[in-house]
Amino acid sequence: MRLVLPNPGLDLRIPNYEDLEKMEKEDGDRPKWDNKVQYILTCVGFCIGIGNVWRFPYLCQTHGGGAFLIPYIILLVLEGLPLLLLEFGIGQRLRKGSVGVWSAINPYLTGVGIASMLVSLLIGLYYNTLIAWIMWYLFNSFQGPLPWTQCPLNDNRTAFISECQQSSTVDYYFYRVTLNASASIADSGGLQWPIVICLLAAWTVVCICYIRGISTSGKAVYVTALLPYVVLAIFLIRGLTLKGAMNGVKYLFTPDVDELMNPTTWLDAGAQVFYAFSLAWGGLISFSSYNPVHNNCMQDAVILTIITGLTSIYAATVTYTVIGFRATGKYDTCISENIRTLLNGFELPEDSITASNYNAALHHLNSSYPDTVFGLDIKTCDMQKLLSEGVEGTGLAFIVFTEAITKMPGSPAWSVLFFIMLLCLGLSTLFGNIEGVVVPLKDLNLFPKKWPQESLTGITCLVSFIICLLFAQQSGFYWVTLFDNFAGSIPLLTIGLTEMIAVVYIYGIDRFNEDIKFMIGKKPCIFWQISLRFTSPLILLVILVFYLVTQAQQELTYLVWDPDYEEFPTLASVPYPSWINVVIFVLAGIPSLVVPVYALCRLVYVRCKKKMKPEKEKAREIA
Amino acid sequence: MLEKILLLLSLSFSVAEELCKPGAAEGYKVRFSIKTALGDQAYPWSKNEMFLFRAALAFAMRDYTNGEEFGVSDIHPCDETERVSFWFVVTRPNTTDLVDKGTVEMAIKKSRNRINGAFLLTDQTLEFDGIYPTLAAPVSPDTPPWLIVFGVVMGAVSVGIIALLVYPLVQRKLKKNKDADDEDSDEETGVKTAEIGANDGIYNSTFSDDERFTQM
Repeated sequence: MRLVLPNPGLDLRIPNYEDLEKMEKEDGDRPKWDNKVQYILTCVGFCIGIGNVWRFPYLCQTHGGGAFLIPYIILLVLEGLPLLLLEFGIGQRLRKGSVGVWSAINPYLTGVGIASMLVSLLIGLYYNTLIAWIMWYLFNSFQGPLPWTQCPLNDNRTAFISECQQSSTVDYYFYRVTLNASASIADSGGLQWPIVICLLAAWTVVCICYIRGISTSGKAVYVTALLPYVVLAIFLIRGLTLKGAMNGVKYLFTPDVDELMNPTTWLDAGAQVFYAFSLAWGGLISFSSYNPVHNNCMQDAVILTIITGLTSIYAATVTYTVIGFRATGKYDTCISENIRTLLNGFELPEDSITASNYNAALHHLNSSYPDTVFGLDIKTCDMQKLLSEGVEGTGLAFIVFTEAITKMPGSPAWSVLFFIMLLCLGLSTLFGNIEGVVVPLKDLNLFPKKWPQESLTGITCLVSFIICLLFAQQSGFYWVTLFDNFAGSIPLLTIGLTEMIAVVYIYGIDRFNEDIKFMIGKKPCIFWQISLRFTSPLILLVILVFYLVTQAQQELTYLVWDPDYEEFPTLASVPYPSWINVVIFVLAGIPSLVVPVYALCRLVYVRCKKKMKPEKEKAREIA
Repeated sequence: MLEKILLLLSLSFSVAEELCKPGAAEGYKVRFSIKTALGDQAYPWSKNEMFLFRAALAFAMRDYTNGEEFGVSDIHPCDETERVSFWFVVTRPNTTDLVDKGTVEMAIKKSRNRINGAFLLTDQTLEFDGIYPTLAAPVSPDTPPWLIVFGVVMGAVSVGIIALLVYPLVQRKLKKNKDADDEDSDEETGVKTAEIGANDGIYNSTFSDDERFTQM
C-alpha cells in the first residue's frame, strides 16, 4: 500500500542510519538503561498498575467469567501488541521523548505530544491521590487491632455512632475517618489534614525515586515492579487456604458464553487492553528511546503483552479468593443471625436448628406459623449477591479487602503486605507517568536548559502537589472519580488513534518497516503489516465512537456518601451540578482538541511568516 | 397452726405467680445461650443453675441497694422455656412489693460482670432483654501509630534527597581539591608544563573547535 501523505523535510528532522550508528558508538548525554532487565521491569511496572487488581477482575466476572478471557486475549493481540510495537519502534528509532518524536515526524503533529503530556499530567494528579490514600491505610496498618475494625461510641456509650451502625466499620473508616466525605461535589468543605500530609509523602517519594530521571527510577523499579508479584504469591497461598476461597474463584471463572454476544463485553475488553498498556501516555516512547539502537523491540512488545495478560489473570485469581472468603464469611454470619432469630422467636432449644438443617427448619416453621415468621423479619442470605458486591475500584481495595483482612488471623501483617503491594503497583505506574510529563516539558524548552534534572523533577512534583490539594478536600473523592471517568478515557483513545494514523500514513509504514529491519534485522511479518495498517486503527476507532456515543447518552450522575439518604448505606445517585460541564470539557476536551488546534495555529503562523517574508525582501531590495 | 402456715405459703405462691408473668411491667426477660458460648463444655440447664441465677441476682440487688437483705426467695422466675429463657420479677425483702424496673436495671448493670462470670458467659450470651450492655470504648493509643510510620518514611526520604543532592557537589569539590593538589606538586618540581601554560594564557574563542562535525 502506497498511501502515504506528503511529508516534506522528514529526512532533515530525523537522524539517518549512519547518525544512529555513530550515536550508538559514542557516549552521548542522553540517559541510558543500565541493562535490559531495568528496561523490561520499568515497562512491566508501568503497564501493571492498580487497575490490574481492581478493574480487570471486576470486568472479568461481570462479562461472563472465564469467557471474558476470549475477547480479552484476542484484543490483547490485535490491538495492544501492534500499538506497543509502534511506540517502542518509533521511540527507539527517533530517540526522543513523545513531543520530540511527533515534532520530528511532522512539526504540525507536535500537538499529539502536548496532548500526551497533558493527559499524563491529569492522570498523574488523581493517581497520586489514590497512592496517598493507600499510604494512609498503610501507615495505619501498623497497629493491632486495625482501626477499621472498631466503631466509635456515641455519647451515652450504649451504642455506636449511627452512621457507623447503619453502614459498617470499614465504610465508616473510609468515608468518614479518612475522607470525611461531604454530601456533594459542590460542597468542598475544608482540607483533610491527614490526606494532605499523605499527599506530601506520596509526591516526595515519587520525587526522590525519579529525581535523576531513569538513573534513579531504574533502580527503584527492582523493588516496585517485583515486590507485587511476591506479595501476590503470598496472598495466593493464604487465599487458597481460606474458607470459601474456591467459591470466589469458581464465581470468577464460570464461563457464560452468552456474554460474548453482548457488544459491551468486547468494548470493555478493548478499553481495558488499551488502558492497561498505558498507551498514548508518552512514557513508553520515552523509555524505549533510551534503548540501544539495535534492541529487539518486537520481542519486547511480545514479552510485555504476555506478561500483562498473565499478570491480569493471576491478580484476578488472588483477588477472588479473598472475595470468596469474605462472601462466605458474611453468608455464614447471615445464616447464624437468622438461626438465632428463629430460636429466640420460637423459644426452641439451642441445637435444634443448625446451618445444615436451616432451610428445612425454616420451611417447616414458615408453613406452620407463617405470621410469626413474617413478624421476625428474616433476611434472605444470598451468596451470589454477596459475591457481586462492591468489587471494583476503590470499593474493592478500601472496603471489601480491608474487611476480609480483618477476618484473617494476624491481620495487621496482611494489611501491611496488601497496601505495600498496591503502593508498589501505583508507584511504578507513576514513574512512567512522570516521565511522560517531565521529558516533554524539557523538549518544549519550557525550562532553561542549564537547569539540572533534579530541579525539573522537583518543580513538577511541587506544582502537582499544590494542584492535588483539590483532592484533599472533603469532596476530593468525587473529584477523583470525575478525573478517572473523563481525563483517562476519551483523550487517550483520540491520541492513540492519531498516533497510529501518524506513524502509518504520515511517517509511512514502509519507512517504519525499513527502520525495524535496520534495528532488529528482519522486516515485520504480515501479521504486523495488516494489524498496523487496518485492524488496530479500526478497533480503536470503533471503541472511540461507541465510547463517545454512550457517554453522550448517559446522564451525568455520580454516587455520593450521604448519611441522610433514605437507603443509606447504599451510595446515592445524584446529578452533577451544571458547572461540571466546564470541568469535563477541560479534562476530556482540551487534551483531545490540542492536536488539531496546534496544527491550525502553526498553519496560521507559517502563513503569516511567509506573507511577511516577501515584504521584508522587497524592503531590502529597495534599500 | 399448720393450716395457717400452709394457707400463707399457698397464698404467697399464688401471689408470686401473679407477680411474675410474661410481659410483666416490672419484670425482665433473660436468655441464656450456653451452647453458643461454651460449645462442648456446655453445662446442662437445671434447677441448680436457676438457683445460682436467683442467688446472683439477689447479690446484685444487695450490692446496689447497699445492704437491703435481698434473698433468693425475692427473685421470682416464671415461663421457663426450652430455649433457656424466662421472665423474672424482684420483690423487696419480706414483702410482695415489686422493685421497680429502673432499680433492677441499675443493679444488673452494676454487677453485670459478676453475673456473667458466675455462668461463664458474656454480655452477648446472657442477655437481659432491654438492658443494653455498656460497650467497651474502642482501643486508641496515645500517639497515633500512623504518625510514627509517616515520620519514619518522611525522614528516610528527606535523608535520601539530601544525600542525592549533596553527594555530587561533595564529589566535585574533592575532585577540584585533587586537581589543585596535582598542580601544586607540579609547580614545586619547577617544571612548567604546557598544561599550566595553557591555563595562564588568554582563551581565544575564534580558534576554539566546539563542533566535532563541520557543517556542510
